[in-house]
Amino acid sequence: MISIRKLAVRLGQFRLTDISLEIRENEFFVLMGPTGAGKSVLLEALAGLVPTASGSIRLDEREISGLPPEKRGVSIVYQDYALFPHLSVSQNIRYGLRFQRPARGDAAVRIRGLVDVLALGSLLERFPGTLSGGEQQRVALARALAVDPAVLLLDEPLAALDPRFREDLRQHLKTLHRTTRTTFFMVTHDFAEAIALADRAAVMNHGSLEQVGSIKEIFQQPASPFVADFVGMKNLYAARFSGTAAIIDNLSLELGHPSSSPEGYVAIRPEDIVLSREPLASSIRNSLKGTVKAVRPLGFHYEIEILVKQVPFKALITKQALFDLQLHEGSETIVSFKATAVHQLPGVPANIPVGR
Amino acid sequence: MPGIPQEGCSQDLSPSFPACQCLIGRLNLTAFLTWPGKVFILPFDYGRVFYEVRLNRRCRSTGEGLMKKEPLFWVTVSCGLLILAFILLPLVEMVTAPSAAILKETIQDKEVLHSIWLSLYTAGAAALISVLVGTPFAYLLARAEFPGKNLVEAVIDIPIIIPHPVVGIALLSIAGRHYWLGRVFNALGIRIMGSVTGIIMVLTFVGLPFYLNAAREGFAAVSPRLEAVSRSLGASPGRTFFHVTLPLAWRSILIGIVMCSARAISEFGAVVIIAYHPMIAPVLIYERFESMGLKYSQPVAVWLICLCLVLFLLLRVLTLHRKRSV
Repeated sequence: MISIRKLAVRLGQFRLTDISLEIRENEFFVLMGPTGAGKSVLLEALAGLVPTASGSIRLDEREISGLPPEKRGVSIVYQDYALFPHLSVSQNIRYGLRFQRPARGDAAVRIRGLVDVLALGSLLERFPGTLSGGEQQRVALARALAVDPAVLLLDEPLAALDPRFREDLRQHLKTLHRTTRTTFFMVTHDFAEAIALADRAAVMNHGSLEQVGSIKEIFQQPASPFVADFVGMKNLYAARFSGTAAIIDNLSLELGHPSSSPEGYVAIRPEDIVLSREPLASSIRNSLKGTVKAVRPLGFHYEIEILVKQVPFKALITKQALFDLQLHEGSETIVSFKATAVHQLPGVPANIPVGR
Repeated sequence: MPGIPQEGCSQDLSPSFPACQCLIGRLNLTAFLTWPGKVFILPFDYGRVFYEVRLNRRCRSTGEGLMKKEPLFWVTVSCGLLILAFILLPLVEMVTAPSAAILKETIQDKEVLHSIWLSLYTAGAAALISVLVGTPFAYLLARAEFPGKNLVEAVIDIPIIIPHPVVGIALLSIAGRHYWLGRVFNALGIRIMGSVTGIIMVLTFVGLPFYLNAAREGFAAVSPRLEAVSRSLGASPGRTFFHVTLPLAWRSILIGIVMCSARAISEFGAVVIIAYHPMIAPVLIYERFESMGLKYSQPVAVWLICLCLVLFLLLRVLTLHRKRSV
């Protein structure tokens, strides 16, 4: 439905190069990446607020890259809400209606629906300055959707909110996406948000796309070391491959299948590592003896850093498991993980230091 | 609460202390204004009052560290009082010198009424032209970046630094028969020299920078994101300007109008070159002073300053409002 082909943008020191992306109708698509990756630039290019150097953007087969923002049918919601301070909530929501040609008769019904879903009924006569962050963001959403756009662009909409309001607004976004026929395109640097909301996603770094696919794919099969790191695969190592083994320094891991290239990276999720006092009698192919280097509390879980022949592994276990195993700095433990938990990634090992 | 010892205060202040001191301060100030002989004693009295009153407020926070009786403190306060006296003394004296009867007689003088009305009318016209032509330009300056922008901004400030008679001479240089524009004016029957048109032209010249700068600041203060959202919702740049930018910048525009008008009303040196007649108020005051002396020019000056004070008050109210809403 949105088809971006070889888009290039130059904006100050931001460069977007060769962006090609397909977004399907009614999809909730999330673009992720670290700060400065150029995600917001891509968003604004879609909205028409930033000029493109080359490439094309098509919306429903219609070329929109030359059109001004008011003619694209694309609404945008910013991180700082950007409500019109001189208009009431009700006037803010209705703002776009007077510019719609031809005037749409179903607007009243649609607005009433939005006000109900977003629980704005009691706020209609208030002014933006008197509202909380969460309330303002809901008004911004209602305003953007009141004009029934083909696409709704969201630029880190939850980033400025208190954490306790984020969950609330996330639910609202989910509901809105279900009840309207608008395609949602959201930009975020928070991977957890993406997991909660996205159908499909893309990861961006330094102005180009690293991976595009379903959230599950990106999470479980990252295509590059950067993506692996971004989605929380904390055990990332440069490795040589030989037969079905991956060799990290003088440590050998079982991959379970022969590798297609002689060198690259391997990554293991901390959650996939099992710790025990004795080696496990199981189908697990990788069982290594190591020494605990550090125990770090992380809310409800603990992150244990273990050194196996000087290679650091990070495992995630529960508080109960920590007590049961009586792990502390210096204690010996067995580190186990299945061969299928070892993800192989392409790349040139010279670029990245060993062990993370 | 003033007077109650706060944490961090080393002084014990009785509740009645500040009130008494304030009263003494006010008496001193009146004496100061009516008996110039006392001028060397009073700044110190008033300074002491100022210090005591301020100390009460300061003690609420971290003690009196700021406001001790140090030499720097006395120097700053004395300079401040000197400046205030310098500004207020002549004006207060001038306003109180003419009797109520003379003031009434003056305002009923047809010549005076006509000149004040002319001052208002020409300044208003100059402000109107500044708004109509200056607003789009101010918006461009607020939003666009282009090579040479610094030069353009310097150019619009030039009228502020040019000596006033020079402004008059410069405008005459293009209005006369020896210049193509002057010939065009002539052919169209527009008279510049010695006419209201000429006066309005001069006042616009000197008033424009004030309006442009104020309006530009006002537009720049409106977040471009608001305009971006407006456009995404379907509004063209023009409609965005009227529905979003202008309503949010109206206070700055009003401030610009007031400053432009104030500048225009007070113009003298440029106007006497272009048009001694018809006489605007400052020119009338000058002529009366030259021909009849201080006593007959003072009342007209008083009425003119009252007019200017009204504008000034309006400006203060608007600026305070703007500071609070920002």
